[in-house]
Amino acid sequence: MIAESGHYALVLALALALIQSTLPILGARWRDFALMNVARSAALAQLLFVAASFAALVTLHATSDFSVVNVFENSHSLKPMIYKITGVWGNHEGSMLLWVFILALFGGLVAAFGNNLPLSLRAHVLAVQAWIASAFYLFILITSNPFLRIANPPIEGRDLNPVLQDIGLAVHPPMLYLGYVGFSISFSFAVAALIEGRIDAAWARWVRPWTLVAWIFLTLGIAMGSYWAYYELGWGGWWFWDPVENASLMPWLAGTALLHSAVVMEKRNALKIWTILLSILTFSLSLLGTFLVRSGVLTSVHAFATDPTRGVFILLILCVFIGGSLTLYAWRASALKQGGLFAPISREGALVLNNLFLTTACATVFIGTLYPLALEVLTGDKISVGAPFFNLTFAPLFVPLLIALPFGPLLAWKRGDLLGAAQRLSAAGIAALIAIAVLWAWTRGGSAFAPLAIGLAVFVVAGALSDLAERTGVFRMPFGTAMRRSRGLPRSTWGTAFAHAGVGIALIGIVCETTWNSEYIGSMKPNDTTEIAGYELKLAGVTQRQGPNFRETVAQFAVSLDGKPLSTMMPSKRNFTTRASSTTEAALLTRGASQLYISLGEAAADGAIAVRIYHKPLVLLIWFGPVLMAFGGMLSLSDRRLRVGAPKPAKAMRGLQAAE
Amino acid sequence: MTRKQRRLTIIGGSLGVLAVAAALVLNAMRDSIVFFSTPSMVAEKHVQPGKRFRLGGLVQPGSLVRGDNLAVTFSVADGSATLPVAYKGILPDLFREGQGVVAEGALDPSGVFKADTVLAKHDETYMPREVADALKKQGHWKDDYGAKPDYNAGAEGGSRAAQTVAPAKQGSLQ
Repeated sequence: MIAESGHYALVLALALALIQSTLPILGARWRDFALMNVARSAALAQLLFVAASFAALVTLHATSDFSVVNVFENSHSLKPMIYKITGVWGNHEGSMLLWVFILALFGGLVAAFGNNLPLSLRAHVLAVQAWIASAFYLFILITSNPFLRIANPPIEGRDLNPVLQDIGLAVHPPMLYLGYVGFSISFSFAVAALIEGRIDAAWARWVRPWTLVAWIFLTLGIAMGSYWAYYELGWGGWWFWDPVENASLMPWLAGTALLHSAVVMEKRNALKIWTILLSILTFSLSLLGTFLVRSGVLTSVHAFATDPTRGVFILLILCVFIGGSLTLYAWRASALKQGGLFAPISREGALVLNNLFLTTACATVFIGTLYPLALEVLTGDKISVGAPFFNLTFAPLFVPLLIALPFGPLLAWKRGDLLGAAQRLSAAGIAALIAIAVLWAWTRGGSAFAPLAIGLAVFVVAGALSDLAERTGVFRMPFGTAMRRSRGLPRSTWGTAFAHAGVGIALIGIVCETTWNSEYIGSMKPNDTTEIAGYELKLAGVTQRQGPNFRETVAQFAVSLDGKPLSTMMPSKRNFTTRASSTTEAALLTRGASQLYISLGEAAADGAIAVRIYHKPLVLLIWFGPVLMAFGGMLSLSDRRLRVGAPKPAKAMRGLQAAE
Repeated sequence: MTRKQRRLTIIGGSLGVLAVAAALVLNAMRDSIVFFSTPSMVAEKHVQPGKRFRLGGLVQPGSLVRGDNLAVTFSVADGSATLPVAYKGILPDLFREGQGVVAEGALDPSGVFKADTVLAKHDETYMPREVADALKKQGHWKDDYGAKPDYNAGAEGGSRAAQTVAPAKQGSLQ
């Protein structure tokens, strides 16, 4: 009964989306306000029905109703409740339902808080949202229905893939989807602007916070996923340049560029056409990511060819939306008015440079991800493009970007003073040089580039700080004045500084981890001792334990530093009987921002067990950086200027709106 | 500066960056791309010792020998040829005899494939896709390798971890 209601609610949501995608556009064409206002109520009702449908699937999973195929395949009655719930989006059908739920959520938010938007713009935006929603509802209902029943219900389920039974899965996909799907708003605004043939103040004011929201979630989602891979996959890697990871990195790069070009558009009314194009591209890359992950094309080009329904359906959605929006862009972009002038050395110029490098870096990731697929389809040759490719292309493009980064906020709009900015950054430059010199003198081993890269990171962090110091005048003025000035500083300025510092901090973590990581791989017997980076680890014993739906082998390591006992680390290896598979649960010991990491290999007959022990210096900074970036984004989002929203529309419009 | 000059500056700069990026990509394509081979392709093509490639096939049942200090040797077969592989380190969770495997490394002069990375897909069929495709092409594919129940088309989790490759990297043994 619950499954059928969930299915029915989804069909009703599709019907509402179809109404929402047509009537408001007709209303805008005929200037019929009643029809335009249909968009608002339809979007809210649609949200209600999708939420009901999603709740139905969660209930089915929570109550372990194995008469539903989706529950049978991905759940087990002994699984802890939290994983029963998170298992809803640990599979294809459920995660697509989460996707449309979040899409409807964003549509609902625009409908609920969009009262100060021009009526026809809101109608168009919601209609475009409904186009996307309709396509994905159809996709779910036709190819990936999560509510299908089994004729003879089995007693027990097949359990969720053990690697996915982790708290990381509870958080990572919803975050990532909030990011991916959040970019649909800027896409819809861009398409609406192209249909209407004009962009006004309200447009830029609206697009920026929505992009920022999506960007914050995507940043956190990627960082979360990376940390999850780090501790769950058992060999301490945090980024694999895997196509699935690249699929989330590409929208992030394009979204970061969009965030910056939207600033230029909001403040200076320039770069309009470029911002529209970036909005379209960012969401297109999100759709491409969905296609790569969901169509099975990565698992096998041949699987894609033998069971093509899903893949072809998403490919069709991809072509219609990307092709359609780019055609519309080519046709209508010239109708948009050009904005203000600026010199190449200016804040705008710096932001253009940022956009240039970010989009180029994004393009290299795009090529590295799709080239093997294209080559295999065309010639049948199988190649793998891995970390070496991206290190040779992506990294060199980020170096000039990071060098230029601290200059941007110090340049004035319209015409900047490069020499003045350089003078104000001299302290940051000196800090960077000191860092390089100290590292060169004190560290052994590792690449010669490492101290330079850390110097660059220090320059970025110190540059962000000197921007704040410059604005508050903390070293030039009495303390009281500086405090008053810092309170008066817009929050978006603080946000910029935090986000930029986060980039530098993440880079420090990345360089330290890859350069000075030490590892021990070998087999140990009980009471064996090994030493790594000054820590002494003694294997105290190996025991067996029974978990709710698995058996595990646990090893106890006594960790000591300079003869003083420090802690016990307990890595384990879990065997899941239902799926006859095993996972490695690494043990982590955090010391400052560095970590000791132990994971277990197979046990030999003589009682020895294979272990992998790493010392990862400053590894936590890799994820602390993105958290700081997201925090900066949130500060910027809370800026009063953005909360106040767009200037009020003209009186006549408001009078008519009141009638709804 | 006029609008025209500004536009020229921006276009010139963009083209410059794009040219640099294109050069980087082409350079990386030449050096850092690894091809995939099966044992019979290795036998046919006479791959030179020292040239890195990815070897895929099935782990020959009964061929796994564990030596001292985590050294292992096993053979990879694809139905028509086999190739001995030497590896030092911890094998991934999903490594089994009779199952598919992908190893990255190079041949040594004696014709043994020295692997420095052994990959296993986190997938319930335990079959890396290159291996499955290669076996299918040679007609050694048994349908039950990747068989899926018919009440559902496509049982993979499809999520990130289900597709993330977990390489077991060789470490410097201390």
